[in-house]
Amino acid sequence: MEVLATLAAVLAVAVLAAVIVSVFVKGISAINLDFFIHSEVPFGQTGGGIANAIVGTLLLVALASAMAIPVGILVGIHTSEFAQARTATVVRFALDMLNGVPTIVTGVFVFGLLVAGHQQSGWAGAFALAIVMLPIVARSAQEVLALVPEALKEGALALGAPRWRTVLRVVLPTAAGGLITGALLAVARVAGETAPLLFTSSIISSTGASANPGQALTSIPVRIFELSEGYSATERAQAWAAALLLIFFVLALNVLARALYGRARTRAGTAR
Amino acid sequence: MLRLTGAHRKLADRLGDPVLRALAWSASAIAIVVLGALAYKVFALAGESFSRYGLGFIGGENWNPSQGTSGYGFGAADFLFGTAVTSFFALLIAAPLSVAIALFLTELAPRGTRRPVATLVELLAAIPSVVLGLWGIVVLSPVIGNTIEPALGSVLGWIPLFSGAPAPFGLFTAIVILTIMTVPIVSSITREVFSTVPTELREGALALGATRWEMVRMVMLPYARSGMVGAVILGLGRALGEAIAVTMVIGHTAGIHASLFATGDTLASRIASEYQGAATSLQISSLAYLAAILLVLALIVNAAARLIVRRTTVRLPAGLGGSS
Repeated sequence: MEVLATLAAVLAVAVLAAVIVSVFVKGISAINLDFFIHSEVPFGQTGGGIANAIVGTLLLVALASAMAIPVGILVGIHTSEFAQARTATVVRFALDMLNGVPTIVTGVFVFGLLVAGHQQSGWAGAFALAIVMLPIVARSAQEVLALVPEALKEGALALGAPRWRTVLRVVLPTAAGGLITGALLAVARVAGETAPLLFTSSIISSTGASANPGQALTSIPVRIFELSEGYSATERAQAWAAALLLIFFVLALNVLARALYGRARTRAGTAR
Repeated sequence: MLRLTGAHRKLADRLGDPVLRALAWSASAIAIVVLGALAYKVFALAGESFSRYGLGFIGGENWNPSQGTSGYGFGAADFLFGTAVTSFFALLIAAPLSVAIALFLTELAPRGTRRPVATLVELLAAIPSVVLGLWGIVVLSPVIGNTIEPALGSVLGWIPLFSGAPAPFGLFTAIVILTIMTVPIVSSITREVFSTVPTELREGALALGATRWEMVRMVMLPYARSGMVGAVILGLGRALGEAIAVTMVIGHTAGIHASLFATGDTLASRIASEYQGAATSLQISSLAYLAAILLVLALIVNAAARLIVRRTTVRLPAGLGGSS
């Protein structure tokens, strides 16, 4: 039994290593300056890069974050400061359900809401990503705000500070580490999302790269998905290179979030 | 720091609380409205198909989108089959693996290695599914088609599940990919559940002379049972809804086969591959019907998992699970 359990853990780590090593080995050869500074070329031509996908991903994730992070943190404030227990339970349940919605269904929803009858756009894609982010940010905000000691809040209130000042000056700064961790994990999660963008921001106009969210923006995950269906060696190589870039970005964000969380936890622990 | 004095300060303080309360309240309302609107819209999009086929769509085995041909029509049965088979077998493999990993991390691993190994396993969940799909196409599928399936076929070929010609893409490859995606989720929740087993119980069993394995079998597993079930069901929710990685390796054919080596399609992967190019409004609506079925399944599974896990007082990590 001990041998089997050890083997299982070794297997899981080995799979992670296998994926990362293949992405690295196959992707590194296609990474060069052109890959970063050129956009994709029309069908049939060779060369090109993923500059427009990098710009698109940055823009989509930034817009989605601007929508989801403030709302998510406000949900956390609502739960910890204002809501009654029953309301808080309902909100928590709704967030958990939203978190369980398959992202492809989110894509269908946003397609029906914003794209059908109009056209694909960066706004639609960002909105779909924001729906994926919201429950992650809000649930983690609820959890970390609940950890802020009552004594701190009561101290501020007893000194005559109104509640909104208490929230802005005492509650949010105390929980900042945890809030940032939740936001970073949500960003890491949606940076790699393909399914919500497939019907909302994937058909790129033939005139080439655009950084205008009024039009469809391409993104690194969608580009990998398209390139993976290609048969030429260069397409495959570019798919791997884009995967390497994406995996590096996503794993770095995850490691950063974990490190911050660890530090925030230690600090909260010593403060108490 | 902004200093407000006298009359201004009073005004700001008087307005501040109701404004913050209103903003916070609206944010919570937004979360609930988005969920409601999402469900409403997906069902509305499915309206045309629903009024044509009714609930019979769910059991309908025909999916033929070429308009004008005699068989033109839609039904969900083949994709429900694909979703059920891939998710079931993925969890059948992932559940024991995950419990073993959780046991290793709580009982066996040397203290210093527990945290790094746990982090590595959780990072596996952070790999975007499009990257896992690419890896599945290029690295995994040849191994499965040339080595694993022929080996399984030669030993277990008398079982219908493992009969038929080996192929790089199909249900089996999708199952392996889904296993890789669910193990990190199930194992990290199971680990949390194990860590709630009271130390007195474990030490009591050991003090009574139980071996470590007896302690695990007679104390930890029974104590953690409902939490483990919840973890597996949550993993099932993840597997049901995975579209991208599955669509890249499953081979895209409608049909119901006994063999796992055959190609197939799931609800999610069919939506992902066909929605964009759908030609008729009935086809789009039928794909939305598939999405509605998938939504209902996912919500039921998630609600069940949360109910079960809540009873074990384990907090579920909100950000867990990779991109899909």
